[in-house]
Amino acid sequence: MSPSTKNSYLSKTVANLEPSGIRRFFDLASTMDNVISLGVGEPDFVTPWNIIEASYHSLERGYTAYTANAGMLELREEISNYLKYNYLVEYNPLNQVIVTVGASQAIDLALRAIVNPGEEVIVIDPGFVSYAPAVTLAGGTPVAINTKSEDEFKLQPQQIEEAITEKTKAIIICSPNNPTGSVLTKDELNRIATVIEKHDLIVLSDEIYAELTYDEEFTSFAAITKMKERTVLISGFSKAFAMTGWRLGYATGPVEIIEAMIKIHQYTMMSAPTMAQHGALEALKNGKKSVLDMKTSYRQRRNFVVNTLNEIGLSCHQPGGAFYVFPSIKSTGLSSEEFAEQLLKTERVAVVPGSVFGATGEGYIRCSYAASLKQLDEAMKRIKSFIDQL
Amino acid sequence: MEEKELELLELLETNGRLEVATIATMINLSVEETKQMIDKLENEYAILGYSAVINWSNVLEYEGVTAMIDVKVTPVRGAGFDKIAERIYRYPEVKAVYLMSGAYDLSVSVEGKTMIEISRFVSDKLSTLDTVISTTTHFVLKKYKHDGVIFDEEDDDKRILVSP
Repeated sequence: MSPSTKNSYLSKTVANLEPSGIRRFFDLASTMDNVISLGVGEPDFVTPWNIIEASYHSLERGYTAYTANAGMLELREEISNYLKYNYLVEYNPLNQVIVTVGASQAIDLALRAIVNPGEEVIVIDPGFVSYAPAVTLAGGTPVAINTKSEDEFKLQPQQIEEAITEKTKAIIICSPNNPTGSVLTKDELNRIATVIEKHDLIVLSDEIYAELTYDEEFTSFAAITKMKERTVLISGFSKAFAMTGWRLGYATGPVEIIEAMIKIHQYTMMSAPTMAQHGALEALKNGKKSVLDMKTSYRQRRNFVVNTLNEIGLSCHQPGGAFYVFPSIKSTGLSSEEFAEQLLKTERVAVVPGSVFGATGEGYIRCSYAASLKQLDEAMKRIKSFIDQL
Repeated sequence: MEEKELELLELLETNGRLEVATIATMINLSVEETKQMIDKLENEYAILGYSAVINWSNVLEYEGVTAMIDVKVTPVRGAGFDKIAERIYRYPEVKAVYLMSGAYDLSVSVEGKTMIEISRFVSDKLSTLDTVISTTTHFVLKKYKHDGVIFDEEDDDKRILVSP
């Protein structure tokens, strides 16, 4: 396919981008029958009915046109109220809130808004697969901090100090974390904030799992003293309201950054889908009960999975949030790719190798407990049988 | 009531066949504590029984009819509606009786093999009771949802197998 006079039509940046390891696993799992998947990074619930119904109704009334670039004002107002009420952070809906196509787009916009070519952005390893590529695509250089199992994969302030160079512009933090489920406490965030302020960094705080914290009350990074002015808070509807396919997220932050994000958004996206915005409005107005019910169910299943995995001999600490556990498979002597591949082939259980989430994830697997109790129970039996045969 | 008791009741209400050991890990109690809690709730008549939700229309050999009957009655001095309700709910074919606000007093759900069987119950037993003023019988044509369970629900997982 390459043109005769050039090696490739592709941009060098894209050509050099590593394909996600998740993709290979998905392809492998898709060829098999009777697979129980603990490899899914999304809720097992269908979106609550009132939200679906509100979206239907918006279509019936003919709301099929673009919205304002930044999103419907009424939705931005609700987002602003929601953040104020739940996390004690205040943003002006007129110029500090942007509605995006998933939190993923918010991350992309924020990075493109702030990164100059060659500037460095710190990302956490193991972490969500998109952060480092998004930094690269924005022209920056991702710099990984390897968090440690003995710290429950929580970012340590000292590690930020060590990673900082004169080119460091920003850091992406994610609490509760995907894939480890670790949640940073208010104290831990305070200590991180001290380093952030000292080095004048911008923080992209991915709080998409904020509603799904089970043991302690969630603290937003923007609620930490003096951090709001340097934090872009990124969140969305996917996880808390089981709305992944609706592709709706948002970012809030300093006026300068949000307005820059809106500028990119208006040229490249116009606006987030209108029918999804109407659903989101209902989610914020009347979705609390559904969120709490789902949260209870995740917590119960987390307890079940953590207990069972530890009994089986795959040690893992009890993560405080999201819907993932990240057990060590080092005792089996297999690499995480080998473990996941053999488990899939012999027992038909799909998990994600930890190495997909960065080098530090080697020796671990990510198991999602967003699956029915019946499936989780069967998966645990299959994993036990797999380990017993090793 | 203690929070964990509520959690246990909700778990059992959705799935009465959950094993005690599973419930125990889910709500972070020991198996022994969970057993004691269930015993206590049974003794206090908070848990009255464990039953299955059955979609009888999927059972080929089974034929049956359900009717919901609105009953207007004259309350009896000193006993209110309770006495007349008891006269009605003692019949085994009566599956549910509720005292209602609004246009009528008692809502009675009756199951029978045929419509004739239910008509006989209404004309011979129910409407002949002294305090019953009138009855309106509605036959159930199709059950869509019962006790929170949707009948004919597709339970296939629509998610892709592996995602970040």
